[in-house]
Amino acid sequence: MTLHPTTPDFKDNAHRALHDPELQKALGHVQHGFIYKRQSAVERLPEFETLRESARDLKNHVLKNLDLYLETYERNVTASGGHVHFARTSAEACETIVNICKSHGAKSVTKGKSMVSEEIGLNSAIEAAGMQAVETDLGEYIIQLRGETPSHIIAPAVHLTKEQVEGDFRRVHTHLDGARDLSEPVQLLTEARGVLREKFLAADVGITGANFLIAETGTSIIVTNEGNGDLTQSLPKVHIVIASIEKVVPTLEDASLLLRVLARSATGQDMSVYTTLSTGPRRETDPDGPEHYHVVLVDNGRSAMLGTEFEDMLRCIRCGACMNHCPVYHAIGGHAYGWVYPGPMGAVLTPSLIGVEKGGHLPNASTFCGRCESVCPVKIPLPKLMRHWRENEFERHLTPSVQRFGLKIWGFFAKNPRLYSLASRAAMSTLAWLGRDKGRFAALPLAKGWTDYRDLPAPQGDTFQAQWRKRQQEKRR
Amino acid sequence: MSARDDIFANIRRSLGVSGKETTRHAAVAQRLADTPRGPIPARGQGSPAGRLATFIGEAPRVSATVVVLDTAQAVPEEIARFLRDAHLPLTLKHGEDARLSSLDWQAAGLDVTRGHSDGADLNAVTHAFGGVAETGSLVLLSGADNPVTLTFLPDNHFVVLAATDLTSDLESVLVKLRRAGALPRTVNIVTGPSRSADIEQTLLLGAHGPRRLHIMVTLN
Amino acid sequence: MTAAPARPRVGLFATCLVDLFRPSVGFAAAKLLEEAGCEVLVPPQTCCGQPAFNSGDRVTARDLALQVMDAFSGCDYIVAPSGSCTGQMVKHFPELFDEPQLAMRARAFAAKTFELVSFLTDVLKVTSVEASYEGRVTYHDSCSGLRELGIQSQPRALLASVQGLELVEMKESDVCCGFGGTFAAKYGEISDAIVTKKTAHVSESGAPLLLAGDLGCLMNMAGKITRQGKEIDVRHVAEVLAGMCDEPPIGARKETRR
Repeated sequence: MTLHPTTPDFKDNAHRALHDPELQKALGHVQHGFIYKRQSAVERLPEFETLRESARDLKNHVLKNLDLYLETYERNVTASGGHVHFARTSAEACETIVNICKSHGAKSVTKGKSMVSEEIGLNSAIEAAGMQAVETDLGEYIIQLRGETPSHIIAPAVHLTKEQVEGDFRRVHTHLDGARDLSEPVQLLTEARGVLREKFLAADVGITGANFLIAETGTSIIVTNEGNGDLTQSLPKVHIVIASIEKVVPTLEDASLLLRVLARSATGQDMSVYTTLSTGPRRETDPDGPEHYHVVLVDNGRSAMLGTEFEDMLRCIRCGACMNHCPVYHAIGGHAYGWVYPGPMGAVLTPSLIGVEKGGHLPNASTFCGRCESVCPVKIPLPKLMRHWRENEFERHLTPSVQRFGLKIWGFFAKNPRLYSLASRAAMSTLAWLGRDKGRFAALPLAKGWTDYRDLPAPQGDTFQAQWRKRQQEKRR
Repeated sequence: MSARDDIFANIRRSLGVSGKETTRHAAVAQRLADTPRGPIPARGQGSPAGRLATFIGEAPRVSATVVVLDTAQAVPEEIARFLRDAHLPLTLKHGEDARLSSLDWQAAGLDVTRGHSDGADLNAVTHAFGGVAETGSLVLLSGADNPVTLTFLPDNHFVVLAATDLTSDLESVLVKLRRAGALPRTVNIVTGPSRSADIEQTLLLGAHGPRRLHIMVTLN
Repeated sequence: MTAAPARPRVGLFATCLVDLFRPSVGFAAAKLLEEAGCEVLVPPQTCCGQPAFNSGDRVTARDLALQVMDAFSGCDYIVAPSGSCTGQMVKHFPELFDEPQLAMRARAFAAKTFELVSFLTDVLKVTSVEASYEGRVTYHDSCSGLRELGIQSQPRALLASVQGLELVEMKESDVCCGFGGTFAAKYGEISDAIVTKKTAHVSESGAPLLLAGDLGCLMNMAGKITRQGKEIDVRHVAEVLAGMCDEPPIGARKETRR
């Protein structure tokens, strides 16, 4: 599991991704499946826009009062028989969870999908402590077999073709018949269901994330389609929830509001198949359920985002709509981003969590097309936040010096209209003359990033302003 | 300083507050007391008959099957019919729920056992606490009456929903839950059978939970 | 809101790309505005500051914003044949000023600044143009115009009034072409992947002429099309609407006629 970002190698990562035929084939599914499904769900719900605005306002209210809602939440978890632990950093969170597992003599741990658990590198910590961590979300299970990280925050294996999955199952499930047919997704699923069912039943501890935490009742909510989260949290003796601090919402009604925009934005479903509210451990008269319930709340840089220009990013409900609609994500997939969170939300969040020195490529590798912002269920102004990172870099002189210099030259002329006119007329007339045969340049000094891939159209001749002035003078005669 | 203290101090410092401001406390207390609703879609609203029609329309969209029965007495026969049509064994498990244990299972030819599941049961029936017309969802509560494992381990999950417990929207069910007292260990809002699209975005049913979800709405 | 003046004084913000690379678009814009009853002025201008703004240089962006507002202060309206430059002026100029007076000035400036085609349809209530064009065209929705300014139906409405013109929609006409200003040079390989998908959609539409309202996008797409050797012309939508297609298409040789 990755804790070490390869984001500084973004350009190399992207290059490899662009030349990976299996990945490119798999990414075709992302582009068309998710976008179409979300659009259909939104069209079927006239109130969707109003819900987005209410969702944004609710989250803003919570962030402004995060301390008070977290206190309320903690109180109610404790009142219902659960335990709340606070972790400032990844290391603290891992240590807390490993200690809970060890205190129960755990050997095997099942896990529901949790992006924050990826962020803190939890599986590595569990394995290092001598326990087995089994991912149960089908996509997470597949990538665990491959030793990979998720490439999408809700569809972790979206970068794989079914042939690749078949290869992995054959390689790892060696106790099963080698002659079985695994050419179709349904066969792969049936096999995974059987293998994982055993793991579910044998687990000592189950760890899930939380889509939301409800302050009013001390409840954690998970949302899955497979039911793996429920089997993870209901069968073992111990249920541990890991969630970042901004997941809390005030009331049950607030959770319902966010649930309405979550699944629609993510997969185009009105509701995910299983939306589960968990409050404390099993009750005395319950025949099933965990005996112990722990919640580990992780900060890991989020409290520092409050009160800054990046506070809006804490509204994120991890639906994935932004990356589903992003032309850059469609081209390179999630791994190229080099850390846990890909796509537009990753471009904004990653520098906040690992620093803009390491994560700076991500907010720069955007055309600011704005599609992400237009589909974000909580209306996060993603391009604006990416621009703030660029401002941050510029002020700190982290922008590549070639770019800084180029902008400085451009700025110098732009602020000096008369010089600009002289220089541009000379330059454009020259370029127009140089390009007069073909009307374009296949190569041009200083423009390699452009001309490596496309021609640069030649200017027509003298500048518009010069020609306009001439015509006005002629008219006056 | 403990991790908890540190985090709260950081949050307060970032927000520029002390945590003692009475206006903030009042605003938070107000919201928790008032429990305001967000915008509620029109889709699930309407008369009981309208709600039922909406629910019946939504359930197949999420690959659940749904029938309307006059009375709960018809449930055993309906489950038996479903299992015979699907060429499945006539075995069934249910919890302590009196509304289920009082039904005549034997007359329908079903071999019924009681309790929670350890993974060996093919079919199970539970009684829902409520249903949501807007999304075709069922609301199930953990406990001895309807153990959670019956909802997730068997291949085929049958659910009885009283029409009077069918509400327009999730908020209405949550209000009922709140009035009933403290929440149980688990509230499961179930919308269709288990599914996954993790392999090449191909939609498949029966990922880890049930492959089939059959809903029986009882009118009386 | 006051009614449009009888003969509005419109400051034409040509945009640096039009000024430097394709003045014919500026003349087409002026023609459309004059035909719609406007007096067109071209105050001395350089750049709206978007490259600086998007690169994080707020100081230069501010300086250029003030320069633009000063230069165009005598105009009833400011009109630009570009969604992205207009977006910069309308949406982002006000963001550049903390001082209340300047912020107010920027907001007042933004209120009278428009992209060319939407100015014609939405403010001057132009419903048709006199131009004619025999042939099929397809139209790319540039991102800023579409998502910052809501421009989508207006160019199509005016194109529909062009005699002989048949508009065929390409797949994903509202998806980014991969230009993104400095992005195309800085992340050239990714930009190339995006524009390659775009030119494939243009080809599939079967239209021999590609139009859009932003010269940056157009130069990006034209540059890819000529590199690929595709026989597709590329022009700014103003050229067709003004009936001024005498100049060669973008990136093409002078003798090109299709």
